[in-house]
Amino acid sequence: MSPLLEVTGLRVTFPTAAGPARAVDGISFTLDRGKTLALVGESGCGKSLTALSLLRLVPPPGVIEAGSSIRLDGKDLLALDPEPLRQVRGKRIGMVFQDPMTSLNPVFTVGDQIAEGIRAHEKVSRREAWARAVALLQEVGIPDPVTRSWSYPHQMSGGMRQRVMIAIALSCRPDLLVADEPTTALDVTVQAQILELLDRLRDERGMAVLLITHDLGIVAGRADRVAVMYAGRIVEEAPTTALFRHPTHPYTQGLFASMPRLSATRDRLVPIKGNVPPATAWPPGCRFHPRCPSAMPECVTDPPLLAVESEHTMSCWLGTTIRK
Amino acid sequence: MTEALLVVRDLVKHYSSGGVFKAAGPPIRAVDGVSFEVGRGETLALVGESGCGKSSVARTLVRLQEPTSGSAVFEGKNIFDLNRPTLRAMRRKIQIIFQDPYGSLNPRMTVGDSVAEGLEIHSLAPRAEIPTRVATLLQEVGLDPSYASRYPHEFSGGQRQRIGIARALAVEPSFLICDEPVSALDVSVQAQVLNLLLDLQARRGLSYLFIAHDLAVVRQVAHRVAVMYLGQILEMGPTEEVLANPRHPYTQALLSAVPVPDPDRQRTRILLGGEPPSPSNPPSGCRFHPRCMHPSKDQRCSIEAPSLRPLGSAQVSCHYAR
Repeated sequence: MSPLLEVTGLRVTFPTAAGPARAVDGISFTLDRGKTLALVGESGCGKSLTALSLLRLVPPPGVIEAGSSIRLDGKDLLALDPEPLRQVRGKRIGMVFQDPMTSLNPVFTVGDQIAEGIRAHEKVSRREAWARAVALLQEVGIPDPVTRSWSYPHQMSGGMRQRVMIAIALSCRPDLLVADEPTTALDVTVQAQILELLDRLRDERGMAVLLITHDLGIVAGRADRVAVMYAGRIVEEAPTTALFRHPTHPYTQGLFASMPRLSATRDRLVPIKGNVPPATAWPPGCRFHPRCPSAMPECVTDPPLLAVESEHTMSCWLGTTIRK
Repeated sequence: MTEALLVVRDLVKHYSSGGVFKAAGPPIRAVDGVSFEVGRGETLALVGESGCGKSSVARTLVRLQEPTSGSAVFEGKNIFDLNRPTLRAMRRKIQIIFQDPYGSLNPRMTVGDSVAEGLEIHSLAPRAEIPTRVATLLQEVGLDPSYASRYPHEFSGGQRQRIGIARALAVEPSFLICDEPVSALDVSVQAQVLNLLLDLQARRGLSYLFIAHDLAVVRQVAHRVAVMYLGQILEMGPTEEVLANPRHPYTQALLSAVPVPDPDRQRTRILLGGEPPSPSNPPSGCRFHPRCMHPSKDQRCSIEAPSLRPLGSAQVSCHYAR
């Protein structure tokens, strides 16, 4: 069966005073129905731009370069005219952003905002759309959904607003939910509630989830596969368990070593030296090599993509020497 | 614990609600009777979720906000009784670094001027010596001394936080309040700053009050930890003890909600229902009781407010914790 989503060679460029900045530089991945793929990386690695590209929402002056391909059920989203594209946004692909306050309209009730999405995509009466909105609020775990449907966003807490965002994203039963840092603005106890909710909805509805996050912690036990991004590229991709057991790329290893853990003792972490370079000044070859503890002379040329195990790939020159 | 450097007793900070267009409502009880001590060379972490009052505690301790009541005795003097000149001297000893290192640096001042400001205000160095002092400070926090002539916008988040730390250290404080110092940083850089804070403590014998919401970060840096909920401390004790053997139901829930980067470890998740109630109208009795899942929870919890009592090497504010 062909995958639900197939992204090939995605490149996103921003013109800057210092020349074009290729913030996303040749990303390829696939995502099957009912599965969760996590895109993990630090700020500026291009993970959010990748998410926005799926809905062609890259903010101008950024452009998706020719030669990139994003296919949903085999249909090229980048070739769509505005009207068919509108049919994809919200209907086939739902999206949840990090900050539920700025993505909700402050002057409409949440019931209105959920119903609006439904009526934009389906021929249903106002009353019916509202009834579905209430049912959705119930489904995402908002207590007293009938009363709450009349609330305005400012009358709700951050966790509640994020539930409303999820209800909007789900309103037209999308095949793919893109969740961009859905819990970063929330407290841990609320984060746990929202993540459980997303897991439950994915399983019940059989939709695919693309989870964008900087936190490896929330990926474990949740995503089927993880792609680690650094400086606009995917450096390692693997089934979640394999990645956590054998992180292979030096950057992935560095991420794990620098993560504070509850099980550790009061001790020094092993940070990655230096800082993430800006998109205008990406180093040649492997972009991680100036910060890499195992950098070699070869690293100034682009590293090959290597299979570590089945389904587990990484792109690093080290792999060519340490392979068993 | 070693000799106490800071002793806080019954700290209360209420904010008035309402305003010009709105009748004043009940006060927001951001901090409602908090007591703790910090020893010399010790790190006490205040942890809790947003709105629990942890940052209000930090701000009242440096008198960025005036407390409603309570005392904070630092080196024998109550911080809250100080007048302007004595407060200025105190602020040399207690410095604070914030979450957003960009918002706390003046964008129109060079890094060198920002770091030197404290030295000048407190006349800590002759004018001619200031550039070398600044260079030494920048080096101490792991920055190139040549950065002194640059402006904050030229730096990344991690570097800015280092600049903020250098600026705080310039006046040679003995006590550093760190309000979410690494929350805005990426993990790889966060580890660098945490290590720097540990090194500085070892080298200078600094005491830290470390405000954080991330328990894994706290685990890395704090000797002791105090867990706050709705303006009160629910559990306090040595970090290992509290994190390995949490006794308060809220601490247990908080710990079980922390994502663990290990797909093999199956944990029993305690999923708290609802969200923290408003601090302007806290629940009666134990503030946590409406969300509590302790099997012995009963009437008493909603009537009688528990206070901190010793349990093992920690203190817990719960009628039924064992």
